[in-house]
Amino acid sequence: MTGSDPLSEPRLGGLTPLARLAAIGTLAGVFSALFGVGGGTVIVPLLVLWLGYGDREATGTSLAAIVLIALLGAAGHGAFGNVELAKGLLIAPPAVAGVIAGTALQQRVPERAVSAVFALLLAASATVLVF
Amino acid sequence: MDVAGLLAVAFAAGMLGGIVGVGGGILFVPALVVFMDLTQLEAEATSLVAVVAVGAVGAWRQHGYGNLRPRDALAVGLLSPVGVAIGVVAANEMPERTLELLFAALSLYFAAGLARRALRGPEQPSPARPPL
Repeated sequence: MTGSDPLSEPRLGGLTPLARLAAIGTLAGVFSALFGVGGGTVIVPLLVLWLGYGDREATGTSLAAIVLIALLGAAGHGAFGNVELAKGLLIAPPAVAGVIAGTALQQRVPERAVSAVFALLLAASATVLVF
Repeated sequence: MDVAGLLAVAFAAGMLGGIVGVGGGILFVPALVVFMDLTQLEAEATSLVAVVAVGAVGAWRQHGYGNLRPRDALAVGLLSPVGVAIGVVAANEMPERTLELLFAALSLYFAAGLARRALRGPEQPSPARPPL
Protein backbone atom coordinates (compact mmCIF):
# COMPACT_ATOMS: atom_id res chain seq x y z
CA MET A 1 0.00 0.00 0.00
CA THR A 2 2.74 2.45 0.85
CA GLY A 3 6.07 2.75 -0.88
CA SER A 4 6.83 1.67 -4.39
CA ASP A 5 9.09 -0.79 -6.06
CA PRO A 6 11.21 0.93 -8.68
CA LEU A 7 11.36 -2.30 -10.68
CA SER A 8 7.59 -2.33 -11.05
CA GLU A 9 7.33 1.22 -12.35
CA PRO A 10 5.20 1.21 -15.46
CA ARG A 11 6.91 1.96 -18.76
CA LEU A 12 5.32 4.87 -20.49
CA GLY A 13 6.47 4.88 -24.08
CA GLY A 14 10.08 5.33 -22.95
CA LEU A 15 9.41 8.70 -21.31
CA THR A 16 11.95 9.50 -18.62
CA PRO A 17 10.63 10.09 -15.11
CA LEU A 18 11.43 13.80 -15.46
CA ALA A 19 9.36 14.03 -18.64
CA ARG A 20 6.49 12.35 -16.83
CA LEU A 21 6.77 14.80 -13.94
CA ALA A 22 6.76 17.65 -16.46
CA ALA A 23 3.62 16.28 -18.09
CA ILE A 24 1.94 15.96 -14.69
CA GLY A 25 2.97 19.52 -13.76
CA THR A 26 1.63 20.93 -17.02
CA LEU A 27 -1.71 19.09 -16.82
CA ALA A 28 -2.14 19.99 -13.16
CA GLY A 29 -1.23 23.61 -13.93
CA VAL A 30 -3.98 23.95 -16.55
CA PHE A 31 -6.48 22.26 -14.26
CA SER A 32 -5.51 24.31 -11.21
CA ALA A 33 -5.57 27.73 -12.85
CA LEU A 34 -8.75 26.99 -14.82
CA PHE A 35 -10.76 25.79 -11.81
CA GLY A 36 -9.15 27.49 -8.81
CA VAL A 37 -8.26 24.17 -7.22
CA GLY A 38 -4.89 22.69 -6.33
CA GLY A 39 -4.75 20.03 -9.00
CA GLY A 40 -4.44 17.08 -6.63
CA THR A 41 -7.25 15.36 -8.52
CA VAL A 42 -4.86 15.16 -11.47
CA ILE A 43 -1.55 14.72 -9.67
CA VAL A 44 -2.39 11.86 -7.27
CA PRO A 45 -3.69 9.31 -9.82
CA LEU A 46 -0.93 10.17 -12.32
CA LEU A 47 1.85 9.71 -9.75
CA VAL A 48 0.35 6.30 -9.00
CA LEU A 49 -0.11 5.29 -12.65
CA TRP A 50 2.97 6.81 -14.26
CA LEU A 51 5.55 6.68 -11.47
CA GLY A 52 4.45 3.71 -9.42
CA TYR A 53 3.72 5.74 -6.28
CA GLY A 54 1.81 4.31 -3.34
CA ASP A 55 -1.42 6.12 -2.44
CA ARG A 56 -0.13 7.90 0.67
CA GLU A 57 3.14 8.96 -0.93
CA ALA A 58 1.20 10.32 -3.90
CA THR A 59 -1.03 12.32 -1.57
CA GLY A 60 1.85 13.89 0.36
CA THR A 61 3.90 14.67 -2.72
CA SER A 62 0.85 16.11 -4.46
CA LEU A 63 0.16 18.51 -1.57
CA ALA A 64 3.70 19.87 -1.77
CA ALA A 65 3.49 20.33 -5.56
CA ILE A 66 0.14 22.09 -5.12
CA VAL A 67 1.80 24.82 -3.05
CA LEU A 68 3.92 25.91 -6.01
CA ILE A 69 1.21 25.44 -8.62
CA ALA A 70 -1.42 27.39 -6.68
CA LEU A 71 1.12 30.13 -5.94
CA LEU A 72 1.83 30.52 -9.66
CA GLY A 73 -1.88 30.41 -10.44
CA ALA A 74 -2.68 33.06 -7.83
CA ALA A 75 0.06 35.29 -9.25
CA GLY A 76 -1.21 34.80 -12.80
CA HIS A 77 -4.81 35.52 -11.86
CA GLY A 78 -3.58 38.44 -9.75
CA ALA A 79 -2.05 39.94 -12.87
CA PHE A 80 -5.55 39.90 -14.42
CA GLY A 81 -6.94 41.56 -11.28
CA ASN A 82 -9.14 38.62 -10.30
CA VAL A 83 -7.77 37.90 -6.82
CA GLU A 84 -9.58 39.26 -3.77
CA LEU A 85 -6.58 38.86 -1.50
CA ALA A 86 -8.29 39.80 1.78
CA LYS A 87 -10.99 37.19 1.25
CA GLY A 88 -8.44 34.56 0.33
CA LEU A 89 -6.50 35.31 3.50
CA LEU A 90 -9.73 35.24 5.51
CA ILE A 91 -10.45 31.62 4.62
CA ALA A 92 -6.88 30.41 5.08
CA PRO A 93 -6.86 30.10 8.91
CA PRO A 94 -10.07 28.03 9.29
CA ALA A 95 -8.98 25.94 6.30
CA VAL A 96 -5.62 25.24 7.92
CA ALA A 97 -7.39 24.31 11.17
CA GLY A 98 -9.54 21.98 9.07
CA VAL A 99 -6.49 20.28 7.55
CA ILE A 100 -5.06 19.59 10.98
CA ALA A 101 -8.42 18.32 12.25
CA GLY A 102 -8.86 16.26 9.10
CA THR A 103 -5.52 14.49 9.34
CA ALA A 104 -6.16 13.74 13.03
CA LEU A 105 -9.71 12.59 12.32
CA GLN A 106 -8.49 10.34 9.53
CA GLN A 107 -7.09 8.00 12.19
CA ARG A 108 -10.40 7.70 14.12
CA VAL A 109 -13.40 8.05 11.83
CA PRO A 110 -14.39 5.51 9.16
CA GLU A 111 -13.22 6.82 5.79
CA ARG A 112 -16.53 5.72 4.22
CA ALA A 113 -18.62 7.96 6.45
CA VAL A 114 -16.42 10.98 5.76
CA SER A 115 -16.50 10.30 2.02
CA ALA A 116 -20.29 10.05 2.04
CA VAL A 117 -20.70 13.40 3.82
CA PHE A 118 -18.40 15.20 1.39
CA ALA A 119 -20.02 13.54 -1.63
CA LEU A 120 -23.36 15.03 -0.56
CA LEU A 121 -21.81 18.44 0.15
CA LEU A 122 -20.25 18.58 -3.32
CA ALA A 123 -23.43 17.45 -5.07
CA ALA A 124 -25.24 20.26 -3.24
CA SER A 125 -22.65 22.87 -4.21
CA ALA A 126 -22.78 21.78 -7.86
CA THR A 127 -26.55 22.23 -7.79
CA VAL A 128 -26.19 25.75 -6.35
CA LEU A 129 -23.71 26.72 -9.08
CA VAL A 130 -25.91 25.49 -11.90
CA PHE A 131 -29.13 27.15 -10.68
CA MET B 1 -21.91 38.51 2.78
CA ASP B 2 -21.99 35.76 5.35
CA VAL B 3 -18.64 35.46 7.06
CA ALA B 4 -19.70 32.68 9.47
CA GLY B 5 -20.89 30.50 6.58
CA LEU B 6 -17.69 31.16 4.67
CA LEU B 7 -15.50 30.26 7.64
CA ALA B 8 -17.49 27.08 8.33
CA VAL B 9 -17.15 25.85 4.76
CA ALA B 10 -13.47 26.83 4.76
CA PHE B 11 -12.96 24.60 7.80
CA ALA B 12 -14.79 21.74 6.07
CA ALA B 13 -12.72 22.29 2.93
CA GLY B 14 -9.54 22.04 4.95
CA MET B 15 -10.76 18.77 6.46
CA LEU B 16 -11.48 17.40 3.02
CA GLY B 17 -7.98 18.47 2.00
CA GLY B 18 -6.39 16.75 4.95
CA ILE B 19 -8.31 13.53 4.47
CA VAL B 20 -8.34 13.16 0.69
CA GLY B 21 -5.09 15.01 -0.04
CA VAL B 22 -6.41 17.84 -2.18
CA GLY B 23 -6.18 21.60 -1.70
CA GLY B 24 -9.83 22.20 -0.83
CA GLY B 25 -10.50 24.51 -3.77
CA ILE B 26 -13.49 22.43 -4.84
CA LEU B 27 -15.26 23.81 -1.74
CA PHE B 28 -13.55 27.23 -1.43
CA VAL B 29 -14.85 28.28 -4.84
CA PRO B 30 -18.58 27.70 -4.28
CA ALA B 31 -18.26 29.12 -0.73
CA LEU B 32 -16.78 32.36 -2.11
CA VAL B 33 -19.51 32.55 -4.76
CA VAL B 34 -22.35 31.89 -2.32
CA PHE B 35 -21.19 33.71 0.81
CA MET B 36 -19.06 36.55 -0.61
CA ASP B 37 -20.93 37.25 -3.85
CA LEU B 38 -17.79 36.86 -5.94
CA THR B 39 -18.05 35.94 -9.61
CA GLN B 40 -16.99 32.43 -10.58
CA LEU B 41 -13.71 33.77 -11.99
CA GLU B 42 -12.93 35.90 -8.92
CA ALA B 43 -13.80 33.00 -6.62
CA GLU B 44 -11.47 30.63 -8.49
CA ALA B 45 -8.60 33.11 -8.43
CA THR B 46 -9.14 33.90 -4.74
CA SER B 47 -9.46 30.22 -3.82
CA LEU B 48 -5.88 29.64 -4.95
CA VAL B 49 -4.58 31.86 -2.13
CA ALA B 50 -6.14 29.54 0.46
CA VAL B 51 -5.06 26.44 -1.48
CA VAL B 52 -1.43 27.52 -1.01
CA ALA B 53 -1.94 27.52 2.77
CA VAL B 54 -3.75 24.17 2.83
CA GLY B 55 -1.12 22.58 0.60
CA ALA B 56 1.73 23.87 2.75
CA VAL B 57 0.29 22.62 6.03
CA GLY B 58 -0.89 19.34 4.50
CA ALA B 59 2.53 18.70 2.97
CA TRP B 60 4.23 19.48 6.27
CA ARG B 61 2.00 16.96 8.09
CA GLN B 62 2.49 14.29 5.42
CA HIS B 63 6.24 14.92 5.42
CA GLY B 64 6.19 14.01 9.12
CA TYR B 65 4.70 10.64 8.18
CA GLY B 66 7.36 10.09 5.54
CA ASN B 67 4.84 10.37 2.71
CA LEU B 68 6.57 13.03 0.64
CA ARG B 69 9.20 12.89 -2.10
CA PRO B 70 10.45 16.49 -2.10
CA ARG B 71 12.41 16.35 -5.37
CA ASP B 72 9.48 15.01 -7.37
CA ALA B 73 7.12 17.53 -5.78
CA LEU B 74 9.53 20.33 -6.67
CA ALA B 75 9.82 19.04 -10.24
CA VAL B 76 6.04 18.91 -10.73
CA GLY B 77 5.66 22.42 -9.29
CA LEU B 78 8.55 24.01 -11.17
CA LEU B 79 7.52 22.42 -14.47
CA SER B 80 3.92 23.63 -14.22
CA PRO B 81 4.13 27.29 -15.42
CA VAL B 82 3.19 26.59 -19.05
CA GLY B 83 0.08 24.75 -17.92
CA VAL B 84 -0.74 27.44 -15.36
CA ALA B 85 -0.46 30.17 -18.00
CA ILE B 86 -2.80 28.25 -20.31
CA GLY B 87 -5.28 27.77 -17.48
CA VAL B 88 -5.23 31.42 -16.40
CA VAL B 89 -5.78 32.70 -19.94
CA ALA B 90 -8.49 30.11 -20.66
CA ALA B 91 -10.37 31.01 -17.46
CA ASN B 92 -10.25 34.71 -18.36
CA GLU B 93 -11.33 34.19 -21.96
CA MET B 94 -14.15 31.79 -21.20
CA PRO B 95 -17.73 33.02 -20.70
CA GLU B 96 -18.60 33.05 -17.00
CA ARG B 97 -21.47 30.63 -17.53
CA THR B 98 -19.23 28.06 -19.23
CA LEU B 99 -16.80 28.27 -16.34
CA GLU B 100 -19.65 27.73 -13.87
CA LEU B 101 -20.97 24.69 -15.70
CA LEU B 102 -17.50 23.15 -16.08
CA PHE B 103 -16.88 23.68 -12.39
CA ALA B 104 -20.24 22.11 -11.49
CA ALA B 105 -19.34 19.10 -13.65
CA LEU B 106 -16.01 18.82 -11.85
CA SER B 107 -17.81 18.92 -8.48
CA LEU B 108 -20.11 16.10 -9.54
CA TYR B 109 -17.17 14.05 -10.81
CA PHE B 110 -15.46 14.55 -7.47
CA ALA B 111 -18.68 13.71 -5.59
CA ALA B 112 -19.04 10.50 -7.60
CA GLY B 113 -15.48 9.50 -6.70
CA LEU B 114 -16.17 10.07 -3.01
CA ALA B 115 -19.50 8.22 -3.23
CA ARG B 116 -17.68 5.23 -4.74
CA ARG B 117 -15.26 5.33 -1.83
CA ALA B 118 -18.16 5.49 0.64
CA LEU B 119 -19.97 2.56 -0.94
CA ARG B 120 -16.90 0.38 -1.22
CA GLY B 121 -16.88 -2.34 1.41
CA PRO B 122 -14.75 -1.81 4.53
CA GLU B 123 -11.05 -2.35 3.97
CA GLN B 124 -10.77 -5.59 2.06
CA PRO B 125 -7.69 -6.54 0.10
CA SER B 126 -9.03 -4.59 -2.87
CA PRO B 127 -9.85 -6.92 -5.77
CA ALA B 128 -7.84 -5.49 -8.66
CA ARG B 129 -8.25 -1.72 -8.49
CA PRO B 130 -10.30 -0.52 -11.48
CA PRO B 131 -8.31 1.62 -13.92
CA LEU B 132 -8.97 5.34 -13.54
